[in-house]
Parts: sequence; C-alpha cells; structure tokens
Amino acid sequence: MKTNPLPNIYDQAKSERRQTRTSSIFERKLVFSALSRSLVMLDPRAMVKNPVMFVTEAGAVLTTLIAILNATTGDRHQLYTVAVMIILWLTVMFSNFAEALAEARGKAQTDSLKRTRQNTVARRVRDGREESVSSDELHEGDRVLVLTGETIPGDGEVVEGAAMVDESAITGESAPVVREAGGDRSGVVGGTRVLSDHIVVRISVSAGNSFLDKMIALVEGAIRQKTPNELALTVTLAGLTLAFLLVTGTLWPIGKYFGITLRVPTLVALLVCLIPTTIGALLSAIGIAGMDRALSANVLAKSGKAVELAGDIDTLLLDKTGTITIGNRQATDYFPIPGISRERLATVAMKASFGDQTPEGKSIITLAEKTLGIKGVADGAGTVVEFSAQSRMSGIDFPDGQSLRKGAPDTLIKYCKNLGGNVSEKMQGMVDDVARKGMTPIAVADGKELLGVIALSDILKPGISERFARLRAMGLRVVMVTGDNPLTAGAIASQAGVDDYIAEARPEDKLAYIRKEQQGGRLLAMMGDGTNDAPALAQADIGVAMNSGTQAAKEAGNMVDLDSDPTKLIEIIEIGKQLLMTRGALTTFSIANDVAKYFAIIPAMFVLAIPGLAVLNIMHLATPESAILSSLIFNAIIIPLLIPIAIKGVKYRPMGADATLRKNLIIYGLGGVMVPFVGIKLIDMLIALTGLV
Amino acid sequence: MLLLFLLVLIVPALLSWPLGLAMTRLIDPAGESGYSRCSARFFSKIGGEAVIEEQEWKRYLLSMMIFNVLMFAFVAIVLAMQQWLPLNPDGKGALEASLIFNTVASFVTNTNLQHYSGEVSMSYFSQLFGLMWLQFVSAATGVSALAALARALGGKKTVGNYYSDLMRTTFFVLLPLALFVALLLVAGGVPMTMEGAAVAHTLEHATQTIARGPVAAMEAIKQLGTNGGGWFGPNSAHPFENPSFFTNILECISIVLIPMATVWMFGRITGRMRDAVVIFSVMMALLVFKAGAAVWFEGAPAIALSSLPVDVVSNLEGKELRFGSGAGALWAAVTTATSNGSVNCMHDSLNPLTGLVPLVGMWLNVVFGGVGVGLINMFVFIIVGVFICGMMVGRTPEYFGRKVETPEMTLALLTLLVHPALILGSTALFAATPLGAATVGNPGAHGFTEILYEFSSSAANNGSGFAGLGNSSIPWNIATGIVMLLGRYIPIILPLAIAGSLAAKKPVPVTAGTFRTDTLLFGIIILGSVVFISALLFLPVAVLGPVADHLTAIIH
Repeated sequence: MKTNPLPNIYDQAKSERRQTRTSSIFERKLVFSALSRSLVMLDPRAMVKNPVMFVTEAGAVLTTLIAILNATTGDRHQLYTVAVMIILWLTVMFSNFAEALAEARGKAQTDSLKRTRQNTVARRVRDGREESVSSDELHEGDRVLVLTGETIPGDGEVVEGAAMVDESAITGESAPVVREAGGDRSGVVGGTRVLSDHIVVRISVSAGNSFLDKMIALVEGAIRQKTPNELALTVTLAGLTLAFLLVTGTLWPIGKYFGITLRVPTLVALLVCLIPTTIGALLSAIGIAGMDRALSANVLAKSGKAVELAGDIDTLLLDKTGTITIGNRQATDYFPIPGISRERLATVAMKASFGDQTPEGKSIITLAEKTLGIKGVADGAGTVVEFSAQSRMSGIDFPDGQSLRKGAPDTLIKYCKNLGGNVSEKMQGMVDDVARKGMTPIAVADGKELLGVIALSDILKPGISERFARLRAMGLRVVMVTGDNPLTAGAIASQAGVDDYIAEARPEDKLAYIRKEQQGGRLLAMMGDGTNDAPALAQADIGVAMNSGTQAAKEAGNMVDLDSDPTKLIEIIEIGKQLLMTRGALTTFSIANDVAKYFAIIPAMFVLAIPGLAVLNIMHLATPESAILSSLIFNAIIIPLLIPIAIKGVKYRPMGADATLRKNLIIYGLGGVMVPFVGIKLIDMLIALTGLV
Repeated sequence: MLLLFLLVLIVPALLSWPLGLAMTRLIDPAGESGYSRCSARFFSKIGGEAVIEEQEWKRYLLSMMIFNVLMFAFVAIVLAMQQWLPLNPDGKGALEASLIFNTVASFVTNTNLQHYSGEVSMSYFSQLFGLMWLQFVSAATGVSALAALARALGGKKTVGNYYSDLMRTTFFVLLPLALFVALLLVAGGVPMTMEGAAVAHTLEHATQTIARGPVAAMEAIKQLGTNGGGWFGPNSAHPFENPSFFTNILECISIVLIPMATVWMFGRITGRMRDAVVIFSVMMALLVFKAGAAVWFEGAPAIALSSLPVDVVSNLEGKELRFGSGAGALWAAVTTATSNGSVNCMHDSLNPLTGLVPLVGMWLNVVFGGVGVGLINMFVFIIVGVFICGMMVGRTPEYFGRKVETPEMTLALLTLLVHPALILGSTALFAATPLGAATVGNPGAHGFTEILYEFSSSAANNGSGFAGLGNSSIPWNIATGIVMLLGRYIPIILPLAIAGSLAAKKPVPVTAGTFRTDTLLFGIIILGSVVFISALLFLPVAVLGPVADHLTAIIH
C-alpha cells in the first residue's frame, strides 16, 4: 500500500511549513516584512494597548521635542539628548519588531495552508447527472464525485465508497489514510487528494466558510484578543509603570531641594530603564508565538485563550484505542462453552460479523478464515443488524429464521435470557477470565443459545507508561476512556499506569465524568472525533477534535488537530505551560534588571551635587552621561536579544512545579540581576572608547 | 547585648504561639462552643442582631468604616471640649483645630503620630477616654480586618461580623493583656495616679512641676496595640514611661508580641499553619536582619566625633544612658518593623545608616507590621510574588487554591501604589516648597531625611518621629493627617476586596503541578518580592537621604 505521490503544490506547501518551523528566528524575508510593519505600529492609538511601550513612546516624543527646542537655542548637552532620543525610539521599534516578527512567522505558516485552498474544478452530482463547477461555487449539501488523482474540492463527508486520501498538505504526514462512507472516518478536508478509488462527498460547508478558513483568520490575528493571563500581566506591568512614573516624577522636585535641576532626558532615561520594557516589548510576541507553536504542531486553536488554558489542564481524558494501545484490537482467541466446538463458534462469529465494518469486526473474520481455512464471503443473504450504542450488539438475521448476534457479554446474556435461553453458569467465569487478562471478551450467540467468547487483545504503545509517569510528575492525571468492561479496562489501566479509567463508556458517561470532575475544580482536556463526542468536547475545558472527525466534533471543540494524532493532547499542554513560563520568566528577568540600572543611574544623576555618591558607582562607569546611556542602550538591546526566547519559549522539561520554579528563578531571577551589570559595563567601555561623552 | 537580643526577639516569638492560639479561640470561636454562644447573646443585647449576624466582606468593611467615622467624630468632640470636661486637674486649655484633626486621625488610624506633648496639652480625660480608647479599638480594628481576610482566604463566603470581632478583640484579648502588662509596669515603677502634676521644691529653691497621671494604663496598650503614642512627649525615653532596664525589655517585648501572634491566628483561621510558619519565618528573618544592622551601625560613634580626640565606643547622642546605644537601636528597629512608633531614643541623632533602618522598616511595613494590618500588607506582596513567579511553573498562578487573575492583580497593584504614592508624593511636595524645606532642623540630606521620615511614618501608620522637624504647623498637621487616613484605610479595603474576589472562585485541587506556598522556596519568593519591590520604589530617596548623609559626613 505504498504510494509515491508526485511532487505537487501540497508537498511544496508542507515543506515550506516545515521550513518555517525549523528555520532561524531572524529569517531575511520575515525580518524585512516585520521591519516595515514596526513603523506602521508606531501609531499611538495602537501603542496605547501596551501601557509600558506607550509610556516609552511618550518619553521618546518628549525627548525629541526637547532636542528640537535645544537645537534652536543651542545646548552643550545636545549630543547627549539626541543620543537618548535615538535609543528611546529604537526601544519602541524593537518592541514593535518583536511583535511584527512573531506575526510574520504565523503568516508564513498559514500562507502555506491557504495555498491548498486554490480553486479546483469539481464534479457536482445533481439528479444523477454530473456537471463541472468551480469549487468556490459549491454550497452546503452539494454532492461531488472525486476520482483518483483529483483534489477534494471542499470539506465534507464521504457518502459513497472508500478511498485512500493523501492529507499531507494539511497534516504534513506522507502516509495516505483511508476515508470511507459511514462511521467516524468519513470526514474529508478540502485540498486533500484522492490517491485510489473514487468517492462521493457531501459538501458540509459553503466555500470560504470552511472550518480551516475560519481558523486561519483567527491565527492570523485579525481577531486577536488579550488572553486572561495576558490581561492580568498587562495590568501588573501598567501598575509597575505607574509606580516608576511616581518614583522618577518625584525626583525632579526632590532634586530642587538639593539645588539640582534634573534634566528631563535623564529622568525619561531613568524611567524607561526602570519600567519593565523587556517584558512589555515581548508580551504580544510571546502570545502570538504560542499560537504559532501550536500551529507548528499542526494544531489549530480557535483562540489564544485556549492555548493558554491548556497549561492549566490537570486531567487528561485519553481514548484507549490508538492512544494508549496500538491501533485497534484484534481477535486473537476463542473460548467456546463446553460442548460447543471451536469451529461452530468461529463460523457463527464470522457470519455475525459480515455487516460489521469496524476493524474489530474485520479481525474476527480474519481469525475465522485462519481457523477454518476458508474464505469468508458474505453471500448477500440475511439482514445486517447494525451496532448501536444503545443495543451494544450487532449481527445478522437470515431468512430461515437463524439469528446470529455478537456483542458485549452482559448485554448478550440478558438478550439470551429474555429469549428464554439457558445460559451456562460457566459463561460469566469465562468472561471474567478473559477480561482479567486485559483482553476484551465478545460474546457470540446463535438464536437464544450462547456459544462462547471471542477474545480481542490490545497491545500497549511502546513507551506509553514512561510517558504517563512524566505526566504525573507534571501534576497531570490521566484517565483512560474505553468501551471495554471494567475488568479488561482495569487490567489495561494498570499495565499502562493511568490514574483512573472509565469502562464501558458511552458518550454520555464521558460527559458525566467531565462534569463531575469540573465540579471538583479540575480542568479537563479530551480528544474526540465522532459526532457523539461533540457534547463532551464542548464541555471539556480543552476539546481537541481530530481533523478526520465529523464536522460536529470540530465545531464543538476549541482546537483541531490536523494530524488526528491522539497523543497530541500532551504536546498541546506542554505548549500552554511553556507560554506561561515564558511570560513569567521574562517578567522576572525584566524586573531583576532594574537593580543594576539603579546602581548605574542614581549616582550618575546626583553625583555632581552630592560627591559622596561616587562610592555607589560600583561598576566604575566612565562618566555620568555614559552611565545613563549604557543603561539605556542595554535596556533597548536586550529586547532583540531575547526575541528568540520569546518566540521559541523557555526550555521546558516536564517536572514538578517546585523544581521548575527553582530552575527558572535561578536562571531568570538571579541571572536577571547579574547580566545587566556585565552588559552595562561592557557598553560603557565601548562608549568610553569612542570618547564622545 | 546578645542576651538583650534574645530576650527582645526570641521571647515574644515563643510567647506568640500560645497567644495566637488563644486569640483564635477568643476571636474566631467555633460556632457551637459555650463561649461563642454566650458572647453572641451578650453582644446582641448591646447592639441587636446587627452586631452578631454574618457579613459578606463588603458589609464587613462598611461596618468598619461606619464605626471608624463615628469614633473619629466622638474623639474629635472630646478633644475640642477638653477644657470643659472633667478629669483635668492641671487645667489644660483648648487645642488648635488642625492639631485636633491631626491627633484624631493619628489615633483612629493606629498611627499615634504626636504633634503635641501629652503632658503639656492633654487633659486626663482626653488621654484616657479619647486617645487610649482609640488605642484599643484601632488595634482591634486591625486584628478584626485580618480575621476577616483569613476567613475569606479560608474559603468562607461570609467573613464574620465586624462588631463581634471588634468587641471580642477589645474586651477578651486586648483588655486582659493590657491589664497584665500595666500591673507589671506599675511594679516596675511606672506611675498610675489620677492626681495632677506634682510640684517639687529643689535644693536650689527652684520650683519644678513634675507631670504625672495614669501612665501605666496607657503605656501597656500603647506598646501592645502597635500604637506608640505615649503619655509624655519624649515617649518611652521619659523615665516615668520607661523607668528601668526591666521595663524597657518588657515594653520592647510588648511591641512585637501581638503582631507575631496574629500570624499564627491567620494560620489557624485559614487552616494553613505551614503557610503561617513560612510567613512568620520571613518576617522574623527580616526583623533579625534589621535589628542586627541597627545595633551594628549604632555601635560606631557618630562620624563627627570619630576624628576628635575623644574616647567613645558607640553613638550615645540622643540615647538614655540607663539603656545605652544598643537598646536604643534595637528599639528603633523593632518599633518601626511593627507599626508601633514608640521610641526610647531620638531617631534624629542616630547615625545616618542606623536611621535608614527605621525608614526601611516603615517602607516595607510588613515585618510583623501593625497588629493585623502588617500581615494584610504582606498578603499584597504575596499576591504579586505568586503571580509573577507562579507563571514560571506554567500554570495560571493560584494562591490558597484560587486563581489569581486580572481583578485581583488590579487591586493588588493599586494597594501597592498607595504607600509609595503617599510617601514620595508628599515628600516631594514638602521638600520642594517652603512648606517643608523651611521647617527642617538640619540642612542637606539630613534635613531631607527628616521630611521623608515624617511622611513615611505617617503613611506606614507608624507614628514615630525623627524629631528635628518643626512639624506642629497647620500644613504639617493637615498633610500628615490626610496621609495617615489614606495610608490606613485603602490598604485594608483593597486587600479585603482581593480576598473576597478570591473566595468567590471555585477552588482548584492541589496536584504535583501546583506550586506550593508552604515551602522554603516560597519563603524566599516572599522575601524577594518584599525586598525587591520596596527597594525599587524607595532606593532613590534612601540614597538621597540617609546614604548621602552618611557619605557626605565621611568626606567632610
């Protein structure tokens, strides 16, 4: 089943996105577009949303006015004033640049997604006839035929047939996937390509309205809003800015007492050095980069709030199948009731599975073929009884009255008893035995007679229990959700090392579990694909819908995983945590920097009037002017230097809260106190070399 | 000296534990206990249902403000009419209006900044029923506010009843304790009499008027309730307020006893004793550091003397020789760590760097601080520390299981701004204009420190004076009066609003991903948050005041 799709625009788009992910932060093309955008962003109406940088810009304007006034009157400090002015404007520009660069990187990623949105010609099927229309004329409810090699013209559901689909343009995954009518694998995404067979797709959204379209708009920031934590931090930074305005503002009259008239550019320089410009400049970039990182992981978040909330999640609801265990369960063994032959059990089980399209059903047929040595082919006779969540069994009814069933043992036992059949007391024991071994028992009945049990086995994904141990260290609880009976579920749960499980889970059980845990203040994340997952996805704090899932599921969740990879939840949580950690780390760093700046600027400001203060110039900075300029330059230059941390996020390793905190405090707190001492001294030495001040 | 250190810092720390337990039982009794029902029945007879029913934080604050406004009016009337009221054996006359405003503001806010000298201006009636009464209820108000804060943080939707808390604290905690300390003081030689001033004829045939009065009564609550307003102008430097080494130690212990006990009370009401231990340790570490620094700096003679051919080992200027320089510096550190403000030496004469210690104490205002309110101030620093550091663990920061978000941070930052705004704003105004610049007793940095100290003391509701300042003028009376009132009520109202807002949230269960607030690491964070934020706010004025004072003296 290996296909080698020819290089096409999808592969190209995919590789472009990969490149953006891995390319250096300061890629030339992005830098240029960001630079021009930073100029536009100088508009004070836009700046006012960022109080720290707004104050910086106001300071820059004030200094510029003074420089202009002084130019006409002539002032011996003109060079110094102009230098302060230039650095202040640079500080503002650096901040804008950081934000613009983060935006540009996001755009580069969405552009490649959008390229898959090109117009294609669709074969619309109407009243049995086929007509060619442009894909942007398609409406909800239209049926289109897609042949081998053609592009699916819009999001929709497969209503006829099955096909291999190349979804690499969306997911970046080169292996093709099966999309077929009925079941939870019927969803297809516009822009993906059919590799084999043909399918009829019912378009579920009109052109331009697709889910992806909406999400791209969100990611691009057309509708970007401050997230709750970002808002709280902005308020905090505004408060600190106000406090430092107070500190510097009162210095002027206090200077009067000492007979000093402090120069306004110096006061502005002190103010800008003290207010948390570093985090103020990088705050929006951190938020945008969080969304971008989610996108890099092929997750489309409906809002930045969702990404941030992901860090707070403390309980994960993971489906057993595909997440904890590999793929689907396979039928591996028969346990007939004494007196029933294996062959009879195998034959009945095979016939009962003819209408069953699930992988489990197919594996029962495969096992029977192996056991009986025949080819199991449905002869078309008999009426298939579909599985439903309510009946919890499926089977086939033949015209001659033979009625074959398979399904959950307790359901089938009840079913046979209701028909008046005898149920061997050995049955329950066999069922429990199978379950205790971590296998799933499926009971098989012919009419009212129970024949025995087929065992379906699960195989744990390699390394999954180590991964769960790491999650537990981070304070996350993992809850396994499975349709298995409690015994089987318990056995697999203890093998995998999850904290809790929901056995025999129906969709409403999931919903009830989420509600119950939320009552206790927990925040839950889950992943789902089927329509019946939609209520739980909507209820969960983080609901991630698989891209392969149904439209309802995608609408209900607050994120969509383009890869449809169930382990993605873990990655999403890490992205959320990293986002908050980056904010906290840079805030701490920014405030810690102030210590060194005080030691540079305060003696410089007053040393002429109070010569004794020279002792406090512990960095031995050359002159008062160079001390102030060095601090200001350090303050400005640290912004672009920290852009990589803001965009890539601080290093994240899963460990307990206290260990993480200790590590970050040492790096960003202690480091934040030390670094500027070195930086300011170096810059001062350079300035002294030029001999300008 | 080491023994003195141990007595003054360790003894109250040990005593505070049982006192904290007793205070919790007396102020926050379990609803079913006999004491609880009896006292409630008694209170309801005095004030009806309104003084016992459970209140939400807003109603609690409203009751508090109503009571404080009433007390302000009552004592203002008492002071304004003292010449016509009884218990005035020495015939004290009328007081100036702005002095009345300043004095009432000062005592109702637990500050006790005294722009008057008790023995000169106040009748016994004014001292006892005006000022001493306020010393009891203003202290009780602080303790009550903390009890309410603790109940809210403990997750209660209602935070108790202000009037019940006030009465329980006043009658069952402060009154018995003050009585006990007063008796010890009387035993130590502090006068307790209703007779007027004594007239003595000296050997040189001069006549001396020796002021006296019911000093011991006021002295006890003055020390216990972080009030600091003494019977006499020179406060605890006066031999009738503080006659001996023994009374000095007793009074010093009384300064920190209740502020220390309130930390344990907070831990018990919130049910988080481990957190209380961490907070207590941080406060204790700061106190030991401050006291040590003060004693160390004061161990050197004044710089002016160091170049002279005199043999001095420590700075004895402005000290009482019966206590010495060490006990003076220690008291200075302790009285400004808490918001007590009583003095046993003149802070104006401390070496410049020693003088920085009381200033730092008042800027931080959380090293045990005022009864109740010290911990409330600390709570604001904790919230800010939790928010900034909490993010670094990768979760929305939370405190006591509640998420700290925009509303809480808005209130916390506003609270944090009040203290520097009052100190820096008013200091700048007075330093730059003749209002203050013309009233300083010394030129240059020392004079600046006098202004800075006066406003720091007012904003911190400390009440100690740096002296040297001509502060009994109308502008000073009005300005410090306003600063005291704002510096008292805003930092009670806003933090309670934060706690109320937190209490309304759904608690988040504790996991390994929760960052714990009862560990050494968190202690370091609180310490860092207090020291860092205060340093950033007050470093420039510290440098221009005491540090410049010191450095200039060295150079000359």
